[in-house]
Amino acid sequence: MAKTLNIKLRIWRQDGPEATGRFVDYAADGISEDASFLEMLDIVNERLTDEGTEPFTFDHDCREGICGTCGVMINGKAHGPEKATATCQLHMRKFNDGDEIVIEPWRATSFPIIKDLMVDRSPLDRIIESGGYVSVRTGSAPEANLVPVPPDAADAAMDAAACIGCGACVAVCPNSAAQLFTSAKLQQLNLLPQGQSERWARTVNMVDTMEEFFGFCTNHGECTEACPKEISLDFIAFLNRDYITASIKNRVLSGQ
Amino acid sequence: MTLTLDSKVPDGDISEQWTNHKFDMKLVNPANKRKFEVIVVGTGLAGAAAAASLGEMGYNVKVFTYHDSPRRAHSIAAQGGINAAKNYQNDGDSIYRLFYDTVKGGDYRSRESNVYRLAEVSVDIIDQCVAQGVPFNREYGGLLANRSFGGAQVSRTFYARGQTGQQLLLGAYQALARQIDAGTCTLYNRTEMLDLVVKDGVACGIVTRDLSTGEVAAHNGHAVVLATGGYGNVYYLSTNAMACNSTAIWRAHRKGAAFANPCFTQIHPTCIPASDEFQSKLTLMSESLRNDGRIWVPQSRDENRSADAIPEDDRYYYLEERYPAFGNLVPRDVASRNAKTVVDAGQGVGELKNGVYLDFADAIARYGRDTIEARYGNLFDMYERITGEDPYSVPMRIFPATHYTMGGLWVDYELQTTVPGLFALGECNFSDHGANRLGASALMQGLADGYFVAPYTISNYLAGLLGQSPVSTDDPAFALEVAAVADRTRHWLAVGGTKSVDYYHRELGKLVWDYCGMARNKEGLEKALTEIPALREDFRKNVRVLGNDTSLNQALEQVGRVDDFMELAELKVRDALHREESCGGHFREEYKDEEGEARRDDENFKYVAAWEWKGADQPQELNKEDLEFDYVALSTRSYK
Repeated sequence: MAKTLNIKLRIWRQDGPEATGRFVDYAADGISEDASFLEMLDIVNERLTDEGTEPFTFDHDCREGICGTCGVMINGKAHGPEKATATCQLHMRKFNDGDEIVIEPWRATSFPIIKDLMVDRSPLDRIIESGGYVSVRTGSAPEANLVPVPPDAADAAMDAAACIGCGACVAVCPNSAAQLFTSAKLQQLNLLPQGQSERWARTVNMVDTMEEFFGFCTNHGECTEACPKEISLDFIAFLNRDYITASIKNRVLSGQ
Repeated sequence: MTLTLDSKVPDGDISEQWTNHKFDMKLVNPANKRKFEVIVVGTGLAGAAAAASLGEMGYNVKVFTYHDSPRRAHSIAAQGGINAAKNYQNDGDSIYRLFYDTVKGGDYRSRESNVYRLAEVSVDIIDQCVAQGVPFNREYGGLLANRSFGGAQVSRTFYARGQTGQQLLLGAYQALARQIDAGTCTLYNRTEMLDLVVKDGVACGIVTRDLSTGEVAAHNGHAVVLATGGYGNVYYLSTNAMACNSTAIWRAHRKGAAFANPCFTQIHPTCIPASDEFQSKLTLMSESLRNDGRIWVPQSRDENRSADAIPEDDRYYYLEERYPAFGNLVPRDVASRNAKTVVDAGQGVGELKNGVYLDFADAIARYGRDTIEARYGNLFDMYERITGEDPYSVPMRIFPATHYTMGGLWVDYELQTTVPGLFALGECNFSDHGANRLGASALMQGLADGYFVAPYTISNYLAGLLGQSPVSTDDPAFALEVAAVADRTRHWLAVGGTKSVDYYHRELGKLVWDYCGMARNKEGLEKALTEIPALREDFRKNVRVLGNDTSLNQALEQVGRVDDFMELAELKVRDALHREESCGGHFREEYKDEEGEARRDDENFKYVAAWEWKGADQPQELNKEDLEFDYVALSTRSYK
């Protein structure tokens, strides 16, 4: 049989958005090293239920690293120790018997805690709503092969589009900035011919909305380190470039 | 039979039906659209696409998702691609061929007219998604790339690396976000639909629970659209996301919507086998792996050598031997069933003997490691992450897992259920895939229904309601349902039993998998029909849900879903028991030919089984919609 581990957990518990939180220690004994990190949490929660203690809350869904729902700080690292890996893809064989694991929710003022390890990331949706799209009404699209897209541009757009919106970039940023998230969507669309007509308005709208909720980027680069999809810091540079250009272009367009 | 199953298939040649029907349908003039309220439940491909399109047209749309954001819906996890009859590869594809392949692949248990329309609008989907900025893979000249997929001899699958579902969903989500910003769509996130409200036989709204605060609320509308996905989690272990559930469609079923072909579920052959009792879900790996991997098990049940130490003579390449023409590329249902046969025979591999080998040694020797890495690198990494084994040096272990449900709410040509005003889109309806779905067709159907079918047919329905206000939420019909939902929720907290919700879900999953999984027989199904109700009884008396109903409570969310799965499981088993034939994903061991292949019975079962709710104390009643095959001649699938 697979090896088993005895782990000491220290988990942030908070009853609601306004409640005072605290760390609570739990033992996670006899955990198979084949278990995923979230399965380990399931097992502990099931044991808590058996004991009559309310289980702790954590967000998760697809458990294959694509939906972006899960995400906690594991020993101070967003999504834990393994590079390019969302929390749900992390497995217990990356830990040692006897380890202590501290688990906290994403820490950012713009992500208020809902309960325990679950936070509200809806400001990310507000950024997309402010311009993270191409305005194309259903039925009004031209034939798909009418506009060739150089494969390099399509590839770069896809690199950016791979973002899963988990919020790890915000959680690890000392400024709680959302530049990596915003630039990923912005550049996916700004790099493609289909995104050109709205490029400058989109840039200003998304950046302004981002700044309503999040802190300013000072180029620490923690975000790209923590990103489970390894979204490149270059996209932030492109965002800054487009923002400067946009502020000139938009002024010209408005006749000033 | 008490239900009239009027499919409303238009007259005329199949290639003109949709065009003619679009002209025949009633319109709502632009100034009147804002007078209508439409409720859309679910924000996957079908739901987000429908909500965005209806919002663009000018309707007032309320959109509900139990996720924190519409972008989390499980459509996001689809890997392979989306089919469309563009014929960009000049390989003889056409709308007719896509239609033909889909009907045949579905083993002749789908409705021809719906499938033809699906193939017809498939080309518009690609145009729409490209214009939205979906970064599909492209060829060197910058035009769209295609690849081939199981069940087809042409290359018609469009893809965005291995994340096609993600990119298409984000495209639909962004279109929805634009409408939210424009104010035509209102988003209710972390809000779950817990019942349908029906007045005078017509759907008029839903009852929801805010998952963060526990508040139960009523929402009214002129029409209700369900796009809530499949019921694969009835098996507990599946490739579905953890929260995927059948509550919305099951509650609609209890309110009068007929449930069609619940026994048709697809088991995907290339998933990573479970490692222990606490496995929470199964992970699928694209079936493109079967292009280069060879599937085998040891000849001997007592084999304990490592894979590389087992000589050729002691290996059983069962697909290559049994199906020389298709080999490792037989369709999903055939590959899955054969894996089960060898594992049941004790030839399984791995510590739990619950898998078969998918071996790349020959391919690596032939093409070199670099080529294999370029083709499958991300899948190999994913496998390594989950199992801790390196598939470049030891064969992968795979086993089939529940993946998709072809059954769902019965809908007519307009995607309307048997409850007027209630529509079902995407995986939650039954209409397009028959008894087996072909690869890269789920994304196609979700977006076809959402962008290009429902917006027309819902308008046609709404046009007849001009001048009517939606039923007020002060109406007793709403008050009654709100009270019932609140009571039901509180009741679970008061049960005070001893076992967790997950315990019961796992037990249910085992029963459904053992008796109504890849192979079914009368004896097993009858056994399941006594064991499932007993388990449900025990569950309702002894489940333990802790915490309260005024803050977020995940066990409380889940307990109601499992309760609905318990009832759905029973219907699924009864459907499987009544269908005395083998077709597509439904394999009855009693109905096979001399070589052990599925034997379909068109004489007696060429129909859709639509089950009608008759109350909690008696079984559903069977209604039949006979299927006509005027364009695709009935034939037996053969992959030998």
